[in-house]
Amino acid sequence: MSTYLIATTGLTLSQGIRLAYLVAAILFILGLKQLSSPKSARKGNWTAAIGMAIALGASLTDLHPSTIKVVLILVGVIVGTAAGWFSARKVAMTAIPQMVAAFNGVGGGAAALVSIDEYMRVVGGSPAIVSIVTVVFSVVVGSVSFAGSVIAFLKLQEVMSGTPITYPGQRLINASLIVVILAAAVYLVGIHASVPILAAMLVVSVVLGLAFVLPIGGADMPVVISMLNAFTGIAVAASGFAIGNTGLIVGGTLVGASGTLLTKMMSDSMGRNLGNVLFAAVGKVIPGAGTQTDESGEVKSYRSGTAEDIGVLLAYSKKVIIVPGYGLAVAQAQHVARELASTLEKRGVEVTYAIHPVAGRMPGHMNVLLAEADVPYDQLKEMEAVNDDFQFTDVVLVVGANDVVNPAARESKDSPIYGMPILNADRAKNIVFLKRSMRPGFAGIDNQLMYDPKTIMLFGDAKESLTKLVAAVKAG
Amino acid sequence: MGCEVSNALIEYITTFVLTAFVGIEVISKVPTILHTPLMSGSNAIHGIILVGAIAIESQATGTLQMTLGFVAVVLATVNVIGGFVVTDRMLEMFKPRRSEDSTGSEVN
Repeated sequence: MSTYLIATTGLTLSQGIRLAYLVAAILFILGLKQLSSPKSARKGNWTAAIGMAIALGASLTDLHPSTIKVVLILVGVIVGTAAGWFSARKVAMTAIPQMVAAFNGVGGGAAALVSIDEYMRVVGGSPAIVSIVTVVFSVVVGSVSFAGSVIAFLKLQEVMSGTPITYPGQRLINASLIVVILAAAVYLVGIHASVPILAAMLVVSVVLGLAFVLPIGGADMPVVISMLNAFTGIAVAASGFAIGNTGLIVGGTLVGASGTLLTKMMSDSMGRNLGNVLFAAVGKVIPGAGTQTDESGEVKSYRSGTAEDIGVLLAYSKKVIIVPGYGLAVAQAQHVARELASTLEKRGVEVTYAIHPVAGRMPGHMNVLLAEADVPYDQLKEMEAVNDDFQFTDVVLVVGANDVVNPAARESKDSPIYGMPILNADRAKNIVFLKRSMRPGFAGIDNQLMYDPKTIMLFGDAKESLTKLVAAVKAG
Repeated sequence: MGCEVSNALIEYITTFVLTAFVGIEVISKVPTILHTPLMSGSNAIHGIILVGAIAIESQATGTLQMTLGFVAVVLATVNVIGGFVVTDRMLEMFKPRRSEDSTGSEVN
């Protein structure tokens, strides 16, 4: 086909490839545009996929690798296709956010490897300063994205605790890692070419990526993944500069730019300041149970109850609202929540679910999880539809949610989440929190509602607590 | 490389800057509910690093370069295929849902 193209149009092969990249770029842009609107979103994804196929197909026409390399490339593509397809198809709906983290991480890793490989190839000659700078940049940013995505994956997969992990000297360690990376960059660019130093730089960048995401809470992971997605985009664009490929520059830059804006929009819609997401967990220490010391040193007390007490309270209520949140998704507790609701309904209790716009791990996620558990669609109430009902409600059951019912968003101008729309759970007669501990869900934001005299805490895994409540209601 | 690079470099920088503006402009009005699918779809787009991975592998010399290139091809392919497929699955869930669940709501 390529020879045909050359014969009929007078284009050289490399011109043809560049035109194909232009077509791909147009399809990427159209795809992103379509992805921004609910009606065309699904089509947009495939528009971008067609662009990808065109870019890939075009680039293949210009390769003259030896047989062994052709085999390696084919095997690599087949293995990668199988792995990507299988994991994307087979993963449970609840686990989709961590799959996005994983797919992002491998992209960042690939960008770093491409750049380091290019560096090894050209280091013998005298590579232009631009290609060294972009190689170094791509290796660092790609590795940070890879390692950060690994932590995000492990946190969302619950292999690692979703709560912020902090240790003394965290900032100092991160700062030292950055200094080491900068020093290595200066050496490589300005003083001496060295593959081992670039490799060492990759290792230090991986450590930085791990250290950077460790202190960030599990509930903030969507924002972090979005940011790492933008990082990978930038790393890919830098690789494009290094190997001289406009396709990579366009694709990577599109993602880097739109991903940066998207990260900001995501943290805004969660009422979060990006700086707080990234750095707030540092140095926050939570004292033991029973009392809590807030920033002013004031000791506050809270009430915790047993499943039996709360079961009785629920069984003799008229109206109960369940507020499902991140913790419910983590504990896979949607089926037990549905069981509790139908047990209550059999006793004549009116049960509805109040869905906050950002409930779950991603927008729209909670509706899907509850639909999967056969929760009747008409019991799901959006925030605007349900917010005036809370004052007539006997018990609000907050299952693994926190900030979406934090009155500070309405009342406290100093709070980082001030201005975020919340569910008016505080207006109900009783509030029950099902939570693992008093630890704030998002890094560092305390919820006054947990210390309200109307509030009872039920500690434990959401699924286990709900199971106990079902038993208690049946007994009550 | 010297001189010929600088011409190409200008072209790359031009492409980079213009694309950055387009990238920001094109998603400036996206509803909250689509944030995650959009992130996931753009995640697949940076899988274009596969083009680079294949190019670098075909130019590789020596076992180490070939191994690194091979790993890059595998990782980049996972990024492309997994990215687009998982985004499609996600968008499948955003289909308008009928209130078909009459069996469930008749319990009481």
